[in-house]
Amino acid sequence: MEKDFLESRLNINRRRFLSRLSLGIGSAALGSLLIPDLFSGKGEEAEADFIAGIPNFAPKAKRVIYLFQDGAPSQLESFDYKPKLREMMGQELPPSVRGNQILTGMTAKQASFPLVGSFYDFKQYGESRAWISDLFPHIGKIADDICIIRSMNTDAINHDPALTFFQTGAQQGNRPSMGSWVSYGLGSENKNLPAFTVLLSKGKGNGQGVYSKLWSNGFLDSIHQGVQFSSGEDPILYLNDPEGLNRHERRKMLDNLAALNDINYKEFGDPEINTKIQQYEMAYRMQTAVPEIMDVSKESDDIVKMYGPECLIPGTYAANCLLARKLSENGVRFVQLYHQGWDQHNNLPQEMAGQAKDVDQASAALVTDLKQRGLLDETLVIWGGEFGRTNYSQGKLDAANYGRDHHPRCFSVWMAGGGIKPGMVYGESDEFGYNIVKDPVHVHDFHATILNQLGIDHTKLTFKSQGRRYRLTDVAGNVVKGIIT
Amino acid sequence: MFRKLHLVWLLIAGCILYCLHACNSAGQQMDEERVPDTVSYNFNIRPILSDKCFKCHGPDAGHREADLRLDLPEIAYSALKDNPEAHALVPGDPSLSEVYRRISTKDTAEQMPPASSNLKKLSPFEVDLVKKWIKQGARYEKHWAFVAPRAHPVPQVKNTDWVKNPIDNFVLQKMEQKGFEPNAEADKERLLKRVSLDLTGLPPSLKMMDSFLADRSPDAYQKVVDQLMAAPQYGEKMALHWLDVSRYADSHGYQDDNYRSQWPWRDWVIHAFNENLPYDKFITWQLAGDQLPNATKEQILATAFNRNHKITEEGGVIDEEYRVSYVTDRTNTFGKAMLGVTLECAHCHDHKYDPFSQKEYYAVFAFFNSVKEVGLQSTVGGAETYAKRPMMQISNDDIKKVLKFINKQDTDKLIVSIMADSDKVRPTYILKRGNYDTHGDEVTAGTPKSILPFTGNYPKNRLGLSEWLFNKNNPLTARVFVNQVWQEFFGKGIVKSSGDFGMQGDLPSHPELLDWLSVDFRDHGWDMKRLVKQVVMSATYRQSAVVSPEKLKNDPDNILFARGPRNRLPAEFVRDLVLASSGLLNRKIGGPSVNPYQPPGLWENATSGRGQLATYKQVHGPDLYRRGMYTLIKRTVPPASLAIFDASNRDQCEVKRLRTNTPLQALVMLNDPTVLESARVLAAKLLHDNSQSKDKIIKAFRLVMCRHPQEKELAILTAYYNEELKSMTKADADKLLKVGEYPVPANADKVKLAAMMKVVDAMYNLEEAITKT
Repeated sequence: MEKDFLESRLNINRRRFLSRLSLGIGSAALGSLLIPDLFSGKGEEAEADFIAGIPNFAPKAKRVIYLFQDGAPSQLESFDYKPKLREMMGQELPPSVRGNQILTGMTAKQASFPLVGSFYDFKQYGESRAWISDLFPHIGKIADDICIIRSMNTDAINHDPALTFFQTGAQQGNRPSMGSWVSYGLGSENKNLPAFTVLLSKGKGNGQGVYSKLWSNGFLDSIHQGVQFSSGEDPILYLNDPEGLNRHERRKMLDNLAALNDINYKEFGDPEINTKIQQYEMAYRMQTAVPEIMDVSKESDDIVKMYGPECLIPGTYAANCLLARKLSENGVRFVQLYHQGWDQHNNLPQEMAGQAKDVDQASAALVTDLKQRGLLDETLVIWGGEFGRTNYSQGKLDAANYGRDHHPRCFSVWMAGGGIKPGMVYGESDEFGYNIVKDPVHVHDFHATILNQLGIDHTKLTFKSQGRRYRLTDVAGNVVKGIIT
Repeated sequence: MFRKLHLVWLLIAGCILYCLHACNSAGQQMDEERVPDTVSYNFNIRPILSDKCFKCHGPDAGHREADLRLDLPEIAYSALKDNPEAHALVPGDPSLSEVYRRISTKDTAEQMPPASSNLKKLSPFEVDLVKKWIKQGARYEKHWAFVAPRAHPVPQVKNTDWVKNPIDNFVLQKMEQKGFEPNAEADKERLLKRVSLDLTGLPPSLKMMDSFLADRSPDAYQKVVDQLMAAPQYGEKMALHWLDVSRYADSHGYQDDNYRSQWPWRDWVIHAFNENLPYDKFITWQLAGDQLPNATKEQILATAFNRNHKITEEGGVIDEEYRVSYVTDRTNTFGKAMLGVTLECAHCHDHKYDPFSQKEYYAVFAFFNSVKEVGLQSTVGGAETYAKRPMMQISNDDIKKVLKFINKQDTDKLIVSIMADSDKVRPTYILKRGNYDTHGDEVTAGTPKSILPFTGNYPKNRLGLSEWLFNKNNPLTARVFVNQVWQEFFGKGIVKSSGDFGMQGDLPSHPELLDWLSVDFRDHGWDMKRLVKQVVMSATYRQSAVVSPEKLKNDPDNILFARGPRNRLPAEFVRDLVLASSGLLNRKIGGPSVNPYQPPGLWENATSGRGQLATYKQVHGPDLYRRGMYTLIKRTVPPASLAIFDASNRDQCEVKRLRTNTPLQALVMLNDPTVLESARVLAAKLLHDNSQSKDKIIKAFRLVMCRHPQEKELAILTAYYNEELKSMTKADADKLLKVGEYPVPANADKVKLAAMMKVVDAMYNLEEAITKT
């Protein structure tokens, strides 16, 4: 009964909303949350005209899950195997290898740059025979599902600008996040959930924090802002009704609000009033939809086993991976995870083992889980940090305890699904793991490729702000053709 | 979604937009019918050229194709470099003009703009416009915003009775031309709410409502305007916009994002507005207070404006990279805030649309490049890191004697980052592609000559720059500020793109009005209160906000100002309205920022763990109820409920906020403890009154909505109250009343209180409550 009533009110509101559309009054920011189907309107002239007809070509991926390893994990203890460094343990980094690389203020004044090999051994996995360190045995097992890029490089050498660059395509300033661009370009597939969601977790390693500008909508409409889901009592800020107020009571209040707002609308004729009614209804639906998504109690034992027991502890990386699958499965375009604690300037062998333990099993489980559900083909999973780490030790070197400084020139990330070639290694670094010798992939190229997989030509997804048309890839970027199917 | 609405809107609004000469460049595309009798370069042609052609045939030498410029007549009229037989423009003869041929051709290989540019080809209407313009002589005009404003005569109108001051002559003249009539004056209650929120950011008190309703004298409105402008909250209201412009915050902004103590400058801004410091002094002190002869402590404190930018504390950064970024921020802020131009586009290359060369960018940069500062002064630490050199220390004695407006209650050391230059001028170089370490030619301090050359006797320092800014011939200074003030009161500027008066910006909807106001403002000693009063006293401002279906159809964006402004309040004032109407508001002005209720874990989940702001320490007692503008802004995790309502994150200079309407905002209003607690506290007060429940509801409605309810509104709310009274259980009431720290009266009837709380809460959640009516 109540449901029927709700539906009928919603229909009334929807009609009103649509009539408003046909009148064409649009100062309000409604956006993808509200009427998602408007985004899928293919072939409509007006739409095509605006951002040159997105999708520009048939998309491979419909959704993205980005497992950001915040703080910059070392490529040399994970995906870029360099036996030479062990051989040369303690020897000086040859200046010819270092070339003109600028160093951070933390090691620029260091008297010597002693090379240090990985404390951890590497093995080859799968048919691809990819080398992966013993810290990541579960990821090893999915080696044939992933594409490891060993030739990533970035322009920034410090955390804040480097993170900002990876997430927004620019080191400084209020540019929209990648997820916001995707929300803007493709809209939402689910009318009860935001198109772009953010999940945070934290390891015990040295951390650098995250900043809300990383998921900011910048100059895009705020409907495209990343909505943070948290493990606390309120999965979305202010989602829960106060104690002592049940759903029925909330419904009653909203009905009274609608009736009162309507009186005012009749007097003033301001379409914003109707938009407001709609937004309250949307909020009401989110109050049901979001807790349903957050509830992992119905997951099978196999799933829990696959992600590991931590996946039942809210706020852990494993729980966030499981949640990411559920959100993505329910049509959230862009799920952005951040796992903090990867900044191993010292104490690397110990700290990195802890960080790897946090993420290894669940990252692999996410890929496997998506694959089992037949979703991996249409979901692009990305794993990586904001830069790499130096091949020489920061501070005192000791074979069992060393640290590594920031290294933007060459590092590793991996991707899976969404039309990325599985079971391959792309790009190559020199034997010191310091310089790229083959197929460099710059951050702009990385962005161009992700958009490409979503069916978007990165040069055409633009937004005009302050007189200039902006893109995620600024004025650069080439799709990395070698890694796409 | 947004883009869709926008498009439909454009389709329908096109005609009107066009004939108003009021459109943004996109609006031009829409009218398929009427090419005007006289085609204007500035209003019809330049927006097309700027959007479609200047990218490759404009001011940017780095990306110029075929060595052709269409922004300069002498080049556009002369023989083409790669085909001397042909000319881009032959005045009077479209058929001989290569421009016309290339925009009208069907041959895609020849067509301009080329497909590779990703720019849409010109619409048939735009092609017709260009054709007619060429036919009429292809006459160029200097960009309107770079020509000094002149005092246009106040126009004659038919309906002289409606006019209250000259603003109305300009606005009405345009309405009459288009066959529009102004709305009637808003009813007294709604008008009072509007003007009270606009002048103080707070709703009027019941007492003020009653006395205004009772005052039948012809100057009743003027009396409340004077009263509101004399209130100290006027300074707070005016300051808020300036805090956005000045990217003011309470943290350093990068990575660890530790605390900074810049708030005494914020107290100064409030003071300056209340004292009605003239705009020229207001700006000069902020830009160059330290360089004034015998600079006072107040003048030096004002310069903190240029140290509000983010400052890194990340160990290991490259010092010069960050030092340069601070100078860049100041330069860009100066361009956007005071000149209303996108100077920052010339940071890496010549400006692509506006006549600013990269060299000129660095000439402006030079003014801000001699500060005695470093990129990284200290990493996250204790009180000694709350400001960065150059800094001033403010003693309690200073506050007692000269800086009385600073609200400091303790005896702790207080430091503020301010401006001070080295004795020796630091040489400034063009930075190639904007890179801090790639020096090009050396430049000296100067300004873009297309705005106004930096010649004559100006000292080559920030003080000279201020003099230049307030030179009578500076075309931008007055217009840009007048427009920002207009935007504050009408929700949008006369120039809609208030941060971009350049070629790609919107054209003014009422260019003569903008000029008249600018000249008038300048000629009356840059008197800000006078300007504000002029605006709120106008009949234009006082109109009712009712949108008739006709006006909605023919002027959906209210470009003609043929109705009053009706906008949702800025984030901080949403909070203020809730607190003020419930009586919880703490009216203390200034002082260190505070941490009111915030959902748990927001800071903790996103921190490196270092610094004073790693964990959120909520305040208690009266500090919980300070105005929104005093909520501490930690830049990397700005206050959640404010951010959801589009408050600036203060990362960089912002002259105009987005104004959105989202489900997350609905959730804040439904569940933020501040709103729920206010509803509870107001309900408790009402129950304390010896009155009927109906009267209690009327009183609450008046406090929140600032008007008497209509009968049907009252009926719904009364029915709601009675229902709640019946269905509310003691257990639910107990739970509901727990929200917030303000005590529940010991003797309260909890069921009654909870029922009334829900009714008040419903009022806070009405669209009208947080809307300027």
